[in-house]
Amino acid sequence: MRYMVMHYQTQDMEDGIRPSAEQQAAIGEYMQEAAMSGVLLAGEGVASSSQGARVEVNNGKVRVIDGPFAEAKELIAGFAILEVDSLAEAVEHARKFALLVGSERVDVRRVVEFEDLQQETQ
Amino acid sequence: MTDHPETSPRRQPEDELDQQLAALWRVESARVIARLTRQVGDLDTAEELAQDAFVAAVQKWREDGVPDNPAAWLSTTARYLAVDRIRRRDTQRGKYHLVAASQPQAQEYDLDKIVDGDLADDLLGLIFMACHPILSPDARSALTLKLVCGLSTDDVARAFLTPASTIAQRIVRAKRTLAAAKVRFELPSESERPARLDAVREVIYLVFNEGYTATSGDQWMRGDLCAEALRLGRMLAALTPSDTETLGLLSLIELQASRLRARTGPNGEPVLLLDQDRTRWDRLLIHRGLANIDRIERLGGTVGPYALQAAIAACHARATLAEDTDWERITALYDGLVRISPSPVVELNRGVATAQAFGPEAGLEIVLPLFDVAGMQDYHLLSAVAGDMLCRSGAHEQARQHFLRAAELTQNGVERTTMQSRAAQCAAMHPTSP
Repeated sequence: MRYMVMHYQTQDMEDGIRPSAEQQAAIGEYMQEAAMSGVLLAGEGVASSSQGARVEVNNGKVRVIDGPFAEAKELIAGFAILEVDSLAEAVEHARKFALLVGSERVDVRRVVEFEDLQQETQ
Repeated sequence: MTDHPETSPRRQPEDELDQQLAALWRVESARVIARLTRQVGDLDTAEELAQDAFVAAVQKWREDGVPDNPAAWLSTTARYLAVDRIRRRDTQRGKYHLVAASQPQAQEYDLDKIVDGDLADDLLGLIFMACHPILSPDARSALTLKLVCGLSTDDVARAFLTPASTIAQRIVRAKRTLAAAKVRFELPSESERPARLDAVREVIYLVFNEGYTATSGDQWMRGDLCAEALRLGRMLAALTPSDTETLGLLSLIELQASRLRARTGPNGEPVLLLDQDRTRWDRLLIHRGLANIDRIERLGGTVGPYALQAAIAACHARATLAEDTDWERITALYDGLVRISPSPVVELNRGVATAQAFGPEAGLEIVLPLFDVAGMQDYHLLSAVAGDMLCRSGAHEQARQHFLRAAELTQNGVERTTMQSRAAQCAAMHPTSP
């Protein structure tokens, strides 16, 4: 089964402060670490919200809002898709990532797959 | 990992701790065993010490709760156990006292050098050892699934539809063979490396095919073997990132796995490649497979059999509709494949591709001579393919006889029915036949 592991921005990231050499090395180390586990299918990081936009729909009315957005900690900084056996296994990988990179929060969510859509139950 | 002597749960419910330990074993055991193998030299001791580290974790964590960084705890504990074992071993030999008396500092220094090393090298060394060419492919795959993938003996046995005792014995014997041949933990030299990598890739492809062909047994468990092979392939590709054959193997199995969901119909019947619902193909795996083909091209150099087969699989993956398939390119790739790894089955596939690209007569020129190759006369797919090409070229009576022969030879009931009905269709198109 696949899990999407998402980490969130810090105010520094949102302010466009480039990660330090140590942080970059830590991220590189984690990516190598996850690749060596054979579980990493994909992963990307995103730039600060000043380079993005938000599309809001309210009662059919569409509003496009340009970044930056205020609530830095609610914004995703990047994600990885892991192929693992269980939630517990995905959590151990997320823990490694958080400790190595120094994230305050990492969410672990199961990716909906074809088989889920075929089954009505669960 | 099977024995959990403590039974009184404290901070964490017991089943939750068990689940976490099982996940940690899956994630960390290969690293721990790899490092220990380098330190102590042999697989048996390394596996035993890794299990000791996990048993220590169960006891400690049940009392005190799980630490924030359990992986670090396990690796520190394993390191301690290794140092202890090496010291005791030296003491037994009487060496420790001698060395300690003369050069205590040097002893400490050397031990540290043995203990800390590059994790990637450790993992690769473990894989090479488990896939050592002196072992049979069966022994190699059992050992690799156990030590590198972190599966239990029971898991391996279930996946191979083999009794657990047989697998346990196979693993014990494999370790004994390695010990008897004095195979120690090492990274093969540059000159040995290609052959040793071939031995590893052979295991990965064998495990994958065991899951992919699924001629018998429970579908779900067989699919699991594909997942293990993919995990191993990704590991190996991460550890040897510029080896084009490893990238080729990974690309090939990811592209083949991308079709797993489309390969069976609602009643479990097989669905052929050209009849599959391509919207069911796994886009993420296709994307990865094609990206690795690009990497192989960028790396340049000679292309091996896995990379060529991956390139063929890529032609199918790129075609959104079956009729968009670039058969001329597939034919050219098969021409290359028979040159570097000739076999009657590859030749048969080349014939099929040629017929798709240039018509049934061109295909028959390749396929009909295969009936003269020893062992091929009784291969049901050869008769089925010949029947199909003859039918399309208008030779209905000959086609009918080939379909009947294929129906006779196949072990599969569904396939037999298909062949019989195709023979009947040929008879209808050629009313003079009896």
